[in-house]
Amino acid sequence: MTMLKGHQSWQFREKPVILSSATVVGPFEGRGPLAHDFDIVHDDSLVGQDSWEKAERTYLEEASKIALQKAGMTQDQLSFYLGGDLMNQITSSSYAARTLAMPYIGLFGACSTSMEGLALASYLISTGGARYAMTGTCSHNSTAEKQFRYPTEYGSQKPPYAQYTVTGAGAALVAGEGDGPRVAAATIGRVVDMGITDPFNMGAAMAPAAVDTIISHFRDLGVGPDHYDLIVTGDLAKVGFELATDLFDKHRIPMHKTRYRDCGMMIYDYDKQMVQAGGSGCACSAVVTYGHLLNKLRAGELRRILVVATGALMSPLALQQSESIPGIAHAVALEAPDHLMNKEG
Amino acid sequence: MANNKIKKLTPTQQEYRQLALKRQPARPVLMNCLRAFLVGGLICVVGQGIQEAFMHFAGMTLKQAAAPTVAVLIAAAVALTAMGVYDKLGQWAGAGSAVPVTGFANAMSSAAIEHRSEGLVLGTGANMFKLAGSVIVFGTVAAFIIGLIRFVFGYGG
Repeated sequence: MTMLKGHQSWQFREKPVILSSATVVGPFEGRGPLAHDFDIVHDDSLVGQDSWEKAERTYLEEASKIALQKAGMTQDQLSFYLGGDLMNQITSSSYAARTLAMPYIGLFGACSTSMEGLALASYLISTGGARYAMTGTCSHNSTAEKQFRYPTEYGSQKPPYAQYTVTGAGAALVAGEGDGPRVAAATIGRVVDMGITDPFNMGAAMAPAAVDTIISHFRDLGVGPDHYDLIVTGDLAKVGFELATDLFDKHRIPMHKTRYRDCGMMIYDYDKQMVQAGGSGCACSAVVTYGHLLNKLRAGELRRILVVATGALMSPLALQQSESIPGIAHAVALEAPDHLMNKEG
Repeated sequence: MANNKIKKLTPTQQEYRQLALKRQPARPVLMNCLRAFLVGGLICVVGQGIQEAFMHFAGMTLKQAAAPTVAVLIAAAVALTAMGVYDKLGQWAGAGSAVPVTGFANAMSSAAIEHRSEGLVLGTGANMFKLAGSVIVFGTVAAFIIGLIRFVFGYGG
Protein backbone atom coordinates (compact mmCIF):
# COMPACT_ATOMS: atom_id res chain seq x y z
CA MET A 1 0.00 0.00 0.00
CA THR A 2 1.01 3.53 -0.61
CA MET A 3 -0.01 6.55 1.36
CA LEU A 4 -0.04 10.07 0.07
CA LYS A 5 1.89 12.03 2.64
CA GLY A 6 1.56 15.76 2.75
CA HIS A 7 1.29 17.50 -0.55
CA GLN A 8 3.48 15.61 -3.00
CA SER A 9 5.05 12.56 -1.36
CA TRP A 10 4.38 8.85 -1.24
CA GLN A 11 5.28 6.77 1.77
CA PHE A 12 5.35 3.07 1.00
CA ARG A 13 3.95 0.93 3.83
CA GLU A 14 5.30 -2.24 2.32
CA LYS A 15 8.50 -0.96 0.90
CA PRO A 16 9.23 -2.14 -2.66
CA VAL A 17 12.54 -3.95 -3.11
CA ILE A 18 15.22 -3.25 -5.68
CA LEU A 19 15.93 -6.87 -6.62
CA SER A 20 18.81 -6.03 -8.90
CA SER A 21 20.44 -3.11 -10.63
CA ALA A 22 23.01 -2.72 -13.37
CA THR A 23 25.23 0.00 -14.75
CA VAL A 24 27.16 0.27 -18.00
CA VAL A 25 29.47 3.20 -18.69
CA GLY A 26 31.86 4.55 -21.31
CA PRO A 27 35.66 4.69 -21.18
CA PHE A 28 35.84 8.21 -19.73
CA GLU A 29 33.63 7.27 -16.74
CA GLY A 30 35.81 4.17 -16.33
CA ARG A 31 38.74 6.45 -15.55
CA GLY A 32 36.79 8.09 -12.70
CA PRO A 33 36.91 7.13 -9.02
CA LEU A 34 33.73 4.97 -9.10
CA ALA A 35 34.88 2.62 -11.90
CA HIS A 36 34.84 -0.49 -9.69
CA ASP A 37 31.12 0.01 -8.95
CA PHE A 38 30.04 -0.36 -12.59
CA ASP A 39 29.12 -3.70 -14.19
CA ILE A 40 30.63 -2.93 -17.58
CA VAL A 41 33.16 -0.27 -18.51
CA HIS A 42 33.40 -0.08 -22.30
CA ASP A 43 36.66 0.92 -23.89
CA ASP A 44 34.88 2.20 -27.01
CA SER A 45 32.24 4.87 -26.47
CA LEU A 46 30.61 3.89 -29.79
CA VAL A 47 30.31 0.27 -28.54
CA GLY A 48 30.70 -0.99 -32.12
CA GLN A 49 27.69 0.96 -33.43
CA ASP A 50 27.79 3.32 -36.40
CA SER A 51 26.24 6.34 -34.67
CA TRP A 52 26.30 7.91 -31.20
CA GLU A 53 22.52 7.56 -30.93
CA LYS A 54 22.64 3.82 -31.58
CA ALA A 55 25.47 3.54 -29.08
CA GLU A 56 23.44 5.28 -26.36
CA ARG A 57 20.57 2.87 -26.91
CA THR A 58 22.97 -0.09 -26.73
CA TYR A 59 24.18 1.04 -23.31
CA LEU A 60 20.60 1.02 -22.02
CA GLU A 61 19.80 -2.37 -23.56
CA GLU A 62 22.90 -3.84 -21.95
CA ALA A 63 22.16 -2.39 -18.52
CA SER A 64 18.57 -3.67 -18.65
CA LYS A 65 19.62 -7.15 -19.71
CA ILE A 66 22.28 -7.40 -17.00
CA ALA A 67 19.74 -6.33 -14.36
CA LEU A 68 17.44 -9.10 -15.58
CA GLN A 69 20.26 -11.66 -15.50
CA LYS A 70 21.28 -10.68 -11.99
CA ALA A 71 17.73 -11.25 -10.77
CA GLY A 72 17.59 -14.52 -12.72
CA MET A 73 14.53 -13.40 -14.63
CA THR A 74 13.39 -13.10 -18.22
CA GLN A 75 11.70 -10.08 -19.74
CA ASP A 76 8.32 -11.77 -20.10
CA GLN A 77 8.08 -11.94 -16.30
CA LEU A 78 8.19 -8.15 -16.06
CA SER A 79 4.97 -6.15 -16.05
CA PHE A 80 6.32 -2.80 -17.17
CA TYR A 81 9.41 -1.01 -18.34
CA LEU A 82 9.66 2.68 -17.40
CA GLY A 83 12.34 4.60 -19.21
CA GLY A 84 13.39 7.97 -20.52
CA ASP A 85 16.42 9.88 -21.76
CA LEU A 86 17.53 13.21 -23.16
CA MET A 87 17.07 12.55 -26.86
CA ASN A 88 14.24 14.06 -28.87
CA GLN A 89 11.22 11.73 -28.71
CA ILE A 90 13.11 9.80 -25.96
CA THR A 91 14.47 7.70 -28.81
CA SER A 92 17.04 5.69 -26.87
CA SER A 93 14.51 4.41 -24.33
CA SER A 94 11.76 3.70 -26.82
CA TYR A 95 14.10 1.77 -29.11
CA ALA A 96 15.60 -0.11 -26.17
CA ALA A 97 12.04 -0.98 -25.12
CA ARG A 98 11.46 -2.24 -28.66
CA THR A 99 14.38 -4.64 -28.21
CA LEU A 100 13.33 -5.65 -24.70
CA ALA A 101 9.73 -6.17 -25.87
CA MET A 102 8.12 -5.26 -22.54
CA PRO A 103 5.03 -3.10 -21.97
CA TYR A 104 6.62 0.33 -21.92
CA ILE A 105 5.91 3.63 -20.19
CA GLY A 106 8.02 6.41 -21.72
CA LEU A 107 9.08 9.21 -19.38
CA PHE A 108 10.68 12.58 -19.86
CA GLY A 109 12.18 14.36 -16.89
CA ALA A 110 15.54 15.23 -18.46
CA CYS A 111 18.25 14.23 -15.98
CA SER A 112 15.67 13.66 -13.22
CA THR A 113 14.35 10.63 -15.14
CA SER A 114 16.29 8.11 -13.03
CA MET A 115 14.38 8.88 -9.83
CA GLU A 116 11.14 9.72 -11.66
CA GLY A 117 11.25 6.17 -13.06
CA LEU A 118 12.20 4.59 -9.74
CA ALA A 119 9.44 6.50 -7.88
CA LEU A 120 6.79 5.47 -10.41
CA ALA A 121 7.98 1.85 -10.60
CA SER A 122 7.83 1.65 -6.80
CA TYR A 123 4.37 3.18 -6.82
CA LEU A 124 3.14 0.62 -9.37
CA ILE A 125 4.57 -2.20 -7.29
CA SER A 126 3.20 -0.92 -3.99
CA THR A 127 -0.35 -0.57 -5.31
CA GLY A 128 -0.31 -4.00 -6.90
CA GLY A 129 -0.34 -2.42 -10.36
CA ALA A 130 2.71 -4.43 -11.31
CA ARG A 131 4.45 -7.53 -10.01
CA TYR A 132 7.89 -6.70 -11.35
CA ALA A 133 8.83 -3.42 -12.99
CA MET A 134 12.06 -2.23 -14.47
CA THR A 135 13.22 1.34 -14.79
CA GLY A 136 16.19 2.56 -16.77
CA THR A 137 17.74 5.64 -18.23
CA CYS A 138 20.79 6.56 -20.26
CA SER A 139 22.77 9.43 -21.72
CA HIS A 140 25.75 9.79 -24.02
CA ASN A 141 28.19 12.67 -24.06
CA SER A 142 28.30 12.87 -27.85
CA THR A 143 24.52 12.69 -28.46
CA ALA A 144 23.89 15.37 -25.83
CA GLU A 145 26.55 17.65 -27.31
CA LYS A 146 25.10 17.09 -30.78
CA GLN A 147 21.51 17.81 -29.77
CA PHE A 148 21.95 20.56 -27.20
CA ARG A 149 25.25 22.26 -28.02
CA TYR A 150 27.80 21.93 -30.83
CA PRO A 151 29.23 19.05 -32.89
CA THR A 152 31.59 16.98 -30.74
CA GLU A 153 34.68 17.90 -32.75
CA TYR A 154 33.90 21.63 -32.82
CA GLY A 155 36.64 23.56 -31.08
CA SER A 156 34.64 25.92 -28.88
CA GLN A 157 35.88 26.89 -25.45
CA LYS A 158 33.61 25.77 -22.63
CA PRO A 159 33.32 28.07 -19.59
CA PRO A 160 34.57 26.74 -16.21
CA TYR A 161 30.97 26.25 -15.03
CA ALA A 162 29.99 23.97 -17.94
CA GLN A 163 29.28 20.30 -17.22
CA TYR A 164 30.27 17.05 -18.90
CA THR A 165 27.47 14.66 -19.91
CA VAL A 166 28.00 11.15 -18.56
CA THR A 167 28.10 8.32 -21.09
CA GLY A 168 26.33 5.29 -19.70
CA ALA A 169 23.10 3.70 -18.57
CA GLY A 170 21.58 2.39 -15.37
CA ALA A 171 18.64 0.08 -14.77
CA ALA A 172 16.88 -1.23 -11.67
CA LEU A 173 14.41 -4.06 -11.20
CA VAL A 174 11.75 -3.35 -8.59
CA ALA A 175 9.57 -6.00 -6.93
CA GLY A 176 7.12 -6.34 -4.06
CA GLU A 177 9.16 -8.83 -2.11
CA GLY A 178 12.64 -10.27 -2.06
CA ASP A 179 16.03 -9.31 -0.79
CA GLY A 180 17.65 -6.01 -1.58
CA PRO A 181 17.63 -2.31 -0.83
CA ARG A 182 14.13 -0.95 -0.23
CA VAL A 183 12.31 2.12 -1.47
CA ALA A 184 10.80 3.86 1.55
CA ALA A 185 9.32 7.02 0.11
CA ALA A 186 9.33 9.32 -2.87
CA THR A 187 8.66 13.00 -3.48
CA ILE A 188 7.60 14.27 -6.89
CA GLY A 189 9.01 17.71 -7.56
CA ARG A 190 7.50 20.86 -9.01
CA VAL A 191 8.93 22.67 -12.00
CA VAL A 192 10.95 25.57 -10.64
CA ASP A 193 12.22 28.31 -12.93
CA MET A 194 14.42 30.99 -11.43
CA GLY A 195 15.15 32.73 -14.70
CA ILE A 196 18.53 31.23 -15.60
CA THR A 197 19.15 31.50 -19.35
CA ASP A 198 22.75 30.32 -19.78
CA PRO A 199 22.62 26.79 -21.28
CA PHE A 200 26.11 26.09 -19.92
CA ASN A 201 25.08 26.90 -16.36
CA MET A 202 22.71 23.97 -15.81
CA GLY A 203 23.68 23.53 -12.16
CA ALA A 204 22.37 27.03 -11.38
CA ALA A 205 19.12 26.31 -13.24
CA MET A 206 18.49 23.07 -11.31
CA ALA A 207 19.67 23.96 -7.79
CA PRO A 208 16.42 25.76 -6.74
CA ALA A 209 14.34 22.76 -7.89
CA ALA A 210 16.52 20.37 -5.88
CA VAL A 211 16.18 22.52 -2.76
CA ASP A 212 12.42 22.88 -3.28
CA THR A 213 11.94 19.09 -3.57
CA ILE A 214 14.15 18.33 -0.56
CA ILE A 215 12.33 20.87 1.62
CA SER A 216 8.97 19.49 0.46
CA HIS A 217 10.16 15.97 1.25
CA PHE A 218 11.12 16.94 4.81
CA ARG A 219 7.83 18.79 5.30
CA ASP A 220 5.62 16.03 3.86
CA LEU A 221 7.25 13.21 5.81
CA GLY A 222 7.92 15.17 8.95
CA VAL A 223 11.62 14.35 8.98
CA GLY A 224 14.83 16.36 8.87
CA PRO A 225 18.22 15.93 7.20
CA ASP A 226 19.41 13.84 10.18
CA HIS A 227 16.97 11.08 9.12
CA TYR A 228 19.40 10.21 6.33
CA ASP A 229 23.04 9.08 6.37
CA LEU A 230 23.51 10.68 3.01
CA ILE A 231 21.59 13.02 0.75
CA VAL A 232 22.75 13.23 -2.86
CA THR A 233 21.59 15.48 -5.67
CA GLY A 234 21.77 14.22 -9.24
CA ASP A 235 23.96 16.47 -11.33
CA LEU A 236 24.25 19.95 -9.89
CA ALA A 237 28.07 19.81 -10.10
CA LYS A 238 30.28 22.36 -8.36
CA VAL A 239 28.36 25.54 -9.15
CA GLY A 240 24.87 24.16 -8.53
CA PHE A 241 26.03 22.37 -5.37
CA GLU A 242 27.34 25.62 -3.92
CA LEU A 243 24.12 27.41 -4.82
CA ALA A 244 22.02 24.63 -3.27
CA THR A 245 24.11 24.91 -0.08
CA ASP A 246 23.46 28.68 -0.07
CA LEU A 247 19.72 28.11 -0.48
CA PHE A 248 19.63 25.52 2.32
CA ASP A 249 21.29 28.07 4.59
CA LYS A 250 18.81 30.71 3.53
CA HIS A 251 15.89 28.41 4.39
CA ARG A 252 17.61 27.36 7.63
CA ILE A 253 17.72 23.66 6.73
CA PRO A 254 20.35 22.02 8.98
CA MET A 255 22.10 20.09 6.21
CA HIS A 256 25.23 19.86 8.38
CA LYS A 257 23.39 17.10 10.29
CA THR A 258 23.75 14.76 7.34
CA ARG A 259 26.28 14.27 4.58
CA TYR A 260 25.27 16.17 1.48
CA ARG A 261 26.95 15.22 -1.82
CA ASP A 262 26.31 15.50 -5.55
CA CYS A 263 26.58 12.64 -8.07
CA GLY A 264 28.01 15.05 -10.65
CA MET A 265 30.93 15.69 -8.32
CA MET A 266 31.45 12.02 -7.40
CA ILE A 267 31.77 10.40 -10.81
CA TYR A 268 34.87 12.14 -12.18
CA ASP A 269 38.33 12.93 -10.92
CA TYR A 270 38.65 16.72 -11.14
CA ASP A 271 42.43 16.59 -11.00
CA LYS A 272 42.86 14.21 -13.91
CA GLN A 273 39.73 14.70 -16.04
CA MET A 274 38.78 17.86 -17.94
CA VAL A 275 35.11 18.07 -16.93
CA GLN A 276 34.86 21.74 -15.86
CA ALA A 277 32.23 21.87 -13.06
CA GLY A 278 31.45 18.11 -13.07
CA GLY A 279 29.16 15.46 -14.55
CA SER A 280 25.61 15.75 -15.84
CA GLY A 281 23.10 13.80 -17.91
CA CYS A 282 20.44 11.18 -17.14
CA ALA A 283 23.13 8.56 -16.62
CA CYS A 284 24.94 10.64 -13.98
CA SER A 285 22.53 10.05 -11.08
CA ALA A 286 21.53 6.65 -12.53
CA VAL A 287 24.99 5.04 -12.58
CA VAL A 288 26.09 6.62 -9.29
CA THR A 289 22.89 5.45 -7.54
CA TYR A 290 22.38 2.06 -9.20
CA GLY A 291 26.08 1.28 -9.03
CA HIS A 292 27.92 2.99 -6.21
CA LEU A 293 25.16 3.90 -3.71
CA LEU A 294 23.14 0.67 -3.92
CA ASN A 295 26.38 -1.25 -3.32
CA LYS A 296 26.91 0.79 -0.16
CA LEU A 297 23.35 0.04 0.98
CA ARG A 298 23.77 -3.68 0.21
CA ALA A 299 26.99 -3.70 2.24
CA GLY A 300 25.29 -1.89 5.11
CA GLU A 301 27.76 1.00 4.92
CA LEU A 302 24.78 3.28 4.45
CA ARG A 303 21.36 2.68 5.99
CA ARG A 304 19.12 5.47 4.80
CA ILE A 305 19.78 7.72 1.85
CA LEU A 306 17.82 10.27 -0.14
CA VAL A 307 18.58 10.48 -3.85
CA VAL A 308 17.37 13.67 -5.51
CA ALA A 309 17.75 13.45 -9.30
CA THR A 310 17.80 16.89 -10.86
CA GLY A 311 16.75 17.79 -14.39
CA ALA A 312 17.05 20.91 -16.53
CA LEU A 313 13.98 20.85 -18.76
CA MET A 314 15.91 22.68 -21.42
CA SER A 315 14.97 22.97 -25.05
CA PRO A 316 17.47 24.63 -27.41
CA LEU A 317 14.50 25.96 -29.42
CA ALA A 318 12.80 27.56 -26.40
CA LEU A 319 16.12 29.10 -25.33
CA GLN A 320 16.61 30.67 -28.76
CA GLN A 321 13.14 32.13 -28.38
CA SER A 322 14.36 33.93 -25.21
CA GLU A 323 12.86 31.48 -22.70
CA SER A 324 14.62 30.56 -19.47
CA ILE A 325 15.57 27.06 -18.27
CA PRO A 326 13.06 25.37 -15.92
CA GLY A 327 14.40 22.85 -13.44
CA ILE A 328 12.83 19.83 -11.76
CA ALA A 329 13.90 17.32 -9.12
CA HIS A 330 12.44 14.06 -7.86
CA ALA A 331 13.50 12.48 -4.57
CA VAL A 332 13.51 8.80 -3.62
CA ALA A 333 14.35 7.57 -0.13
CA LEU A 334 16.25 4.28 -0.11
CA GLU A 335 17.04 1.92 2.76
CA ALA A 336 19.50 -0.91 3.28
CA PRO A 337 18.12 -4.49 2.94
CA ASP A 338 15.93 -5.65 5.86
CA HIS A 339 18.48 -7.89 7.60
CA LEU A 340 20.89 -4.95 7.78
CA MET A 341 18.25 -2.47 8.92
CA ASN A 342 17.00 -4.74 11.74
CA LYS A 343 20.45 -5.59 13.01
CA GLU A 344 20.81 -2.42 14.99
CA GLY A 345 17.13 -2.11 15.76
CA MET B 1 16.67 42.95 -24.82
CA ALA B 2 18.54 41.47 -21.89
CA ASN B 3 17.25 44.22 -19.62
CA ASN B 4 13.66 43.57 -20.65
CA LYS B 5 14.10 39.95 -19.75
CA ILE B 6 15.42 40.77 -16.28
CA LYS B 7 12.58 43.26 -15.65
CA LYS B 8 10.02 40.52 -16.28
CA LEU B 9 11.48 38.39 -13.48
CA THR B 10 10.00 38.41 -10.00
CA PRO B 11 12.10 39.87 -7.15
CA THR B 12 12.93 36.34 -5.91
CA GLN B 13 14.10 35.34 -9.37
CA GLN B 14 16.20 38.50 -9.66
CA GLU B 15 17.74 37.85 -6.28
CA TYR B 16 18.61 34.28 -7.28
CA ARG B 17 20.08 35.44 -10.58
CA GLN B 18 22.38 37.78 -8.67
CA LEU B 19 23.42 34.94 -6.36
CA ALA B 20 23.97 32.60 -9.32
CA LEU B 21 26.15 35.21 -11.05
CA LYS B 22 28.17 35.60 -7.87
CA ARG B 23 28.72 31.84 -7.59
CA GLN B 24 29.55 31.42 -11.27
CA PRO B 25 33.34 30.99 -11.59
CA ALA B 26 34.75 33.74 -13.76
CA ARG B 27 36.30 32.91 -17.09
CA PRO B 28 40.07 33.40 -16.80
CA VAL B 29 40.02 36.29 -19.28
CA LEU B 30 43.67 37.31 -19.04
CA MET B 31 44.93 33.74 -19.38
CA ASN B 32 42.50 33.15 -22.25
CA CYS B 33 43.82 36.25 -24.03
CA LEU B 34 47.39 35.10 -23.58
CA ARG B 35 46.63 31.62 -24.90
CA ALA B 36 44.65 33.04 -27.82
CA PHE B 37 47.58 35.33 -28.63
CA LEU B 38 50.07 32.46 -28.53
CA VAL B 39 48.06 29.89 -30.51
CA GLY B 40 46.52 32.40 -32.93
CA GLY B 41 49.96 33.86 -33.52
CA LEU B 42 51.49 30.43 -33.97
CA ILE B 43 48.90 29.47 -36.59
CA CYS B 44 49.69 32.69 -38.47
CA VAL B 45 53.44 32.00 -38.26
CA VAL B 46 52.86 28.52 -39.67
CA GLY B 47 50.74 30.06 -42.44
CA GLN B 48 53.49 32.56 -43.19
CA GLY B 49 55.99 29.72 -43.34
CA ILE B 50 53.83 27.81 -45.82
CA GLN B 51 53.46 30.89 -47.98
CA GLU B 52 57.22 31.53 -47.96
CA ALA B 53 57.75 27.89 -48.91
CA PHE B 54 55.42 28.19 -51.90
CA MET B 55 57.23 31.35 -53.02
CA HIS B 56 60.69 29.93 -52.43
CA PHE B 57 60.31 26.37 -53.70
CA ALA B 58 57.49 26.69 -56.25
CA GLY B 59 58.52 30.09 -57.56
CA MET B 60 55.11 31.68 -56.92
CA THR B 61 54.49 35.37 -56.42
CA LEU B 62 53.08 36.63 -53.13
CA LYS B 63 49.59 36.81 -54.66
CA GLN B 64 49.83 33.35 -56.27
CA ALA B 65 50.95 31.74 -53.03
CA ALA B 66 47.94 33.03 -51.04
CA ALA B 67 45.34 30.51 -52.26
CA PRO B 68 47.44 27.33 -51.88
CA THR B 69 48.57 28.51 -48.41
CA VAL B 70 44.97 28.81 -47.22
CA ALA B 71 44.20 25.41 -48.78
CA VAL B 72 47.03 23.75 -46.85
CA LEU B 73 45.89 25.35 -43.57
CA ILE B 74 42.30 24.24 -44.17
CA ALA B 75 43.37 20.69 -45.03
CA ALA B 76 45.48 20.54 -41.87
CA ALA B 77 42.61 21.82 -39.71
CA VAL B 78 40.19 19.30 -41.23
CA ALA B 79 42.68 16.50 -40.58
CA LEU B 80 43.13 17.61 -36.95
CA THR B 81 39.34 17.80 -36.55
CA ALA B 82 38.89 14.29 -37.94
CA MET B 83 41.56 12.99 -35.56
CA GLY B 84 39.74 14.55 -32.62
CA VAL B 85 42.52 16.96 -31.75
CA TYR B 86 41.11 20.34 -32.79
CA ASP B 87 38.33 20.44 -30.17
CA LYS B 88 40.86 19.86 -27.40
CA LEU B 89 43.07 22.58 -28.84
CA GLY B 90 39.96 24.82 -28.92
CA GLN B 91 39.26 24.29 -25.23
CA TRP B 92 42.81 25.39 -24.42
CA ALA B 93 43.30 28.13 -26.99
CA GLY B 94 39.78 29.63 -27.27
CA ALA B 95 39.68 32.40 -29.84
CA GLY B 96 43.27 31.57 -30.82
CA SER B 97 42.13 28.51 -32.74
CA ALA B 98 38.61 29.75 -33.55
CA VAL B 99 39.36 33.04 -35.33
CA PRO B 100 41.96 32.01 -37.97
CA VAL B 101 40.78 30.27 -41.16
CA THR B 102 41.51 26.93 -39.46
CA GLY B 103 38.64 27.65 -37.04
CA PHE B 104 36.27 28.10 -39.94
CA ALA B 105 37.45 24.80 -41.43
CA ASN B 106 36.88 23.15 -38.05
CA ALA B 107 33.34 24.55 -37.79
CA MET B 108 32.46 23.12 -41.21
CA SER B 109 34.19 19.77 -40.94
CA SER B 110 33.01 19.06 -37.38
CA ALA B 111 29.39 19.60 -38.46
CA ALA B 112 29.96 17.48 -41.56
CA ILE B 113 31.42 14.59 -39.52
CA GLU B 114 28.75 14.91 -36.82
CA HIS B 115 25.84 14.50 -39.22
CA ARG B 116 27.42 11.84 -41.43
CA SER B 117 25.18 9.26 -39.71
CA GLU B 118 22.08 10.89 -41.23
CA GLY B 119 23.37 10.31 -44.79
CA LEU B 120 25.43 12.28 -47.29
CA VAL B 121 22.67 14.56 -48.61
CA LEU B 122 20.37 15.25 -45.65
CA GLY B 123 23.12 14.73 -43.07
CA THR B 124 26.51 16.00 -44.17
CA GLY B 125 25.27 18.20 -47.01
CA ALA B 126 22.44 19.88 -45.15
CA ASN B 127 24.25 20.37 -41.85
CA MET B 128 27.74 21.32 -43.00
CA PHE B 129 26.92 25.04 -42.85
CA LYS B 130 25.02 24.81 -39.57
CA LEU B 131 27.70 26.72 -37.68
CA ALA B 132 29.58 28.38 -40.53
CA GLY B 133 26.45 29.45 -42.43
CA SER B 134 25.75 32.58 -40.46
CA VAL B 135 29.41 33.66 -40.85
CA ILE B 136 28.94 33.52 -44.61
CA VAL B 137 25.55 35.27 -44.55
CA PHE B 138 26.67 38.16 -42.36
CA GLY B 139 30.09 38.28 -44.01
CA THR B 140 28.38 38.78 -47.36
CA VAL B 141 25.97 41.37 -45.95
CA ALA B 142 28.86 43.28 -44.34
CA ALA B 143 30.86 43.13 -47.58
CA PHE B 144 27.86 44.47 -49.50
CA ILE B 145 27.46 47.42 -47.13
CA ILE B 146 31.18 48.23 -47.24
CA GLY B 147 31.03 47.95 -51.04
CA LEU B 148 28.10 50.36 -51.10
CA ILE B 149 29.96 52.87 -48.94
CA ARG B 150 32.96 52.63 -51.22
CA PHE B 151 30.77 53.10 -54.27
CA VAL B 152 28.98 56.16 -52.86
CA PHE B 153 32.12 57.88 -51.73
CA GLY B 154 34.11 56.65 -54.71
CA TYR B 155 37.27 55.89 -52.76
CA GLY B 156 39.94 53.40 -53.63
CA GLY B 157 38.89 52.95 -57.28
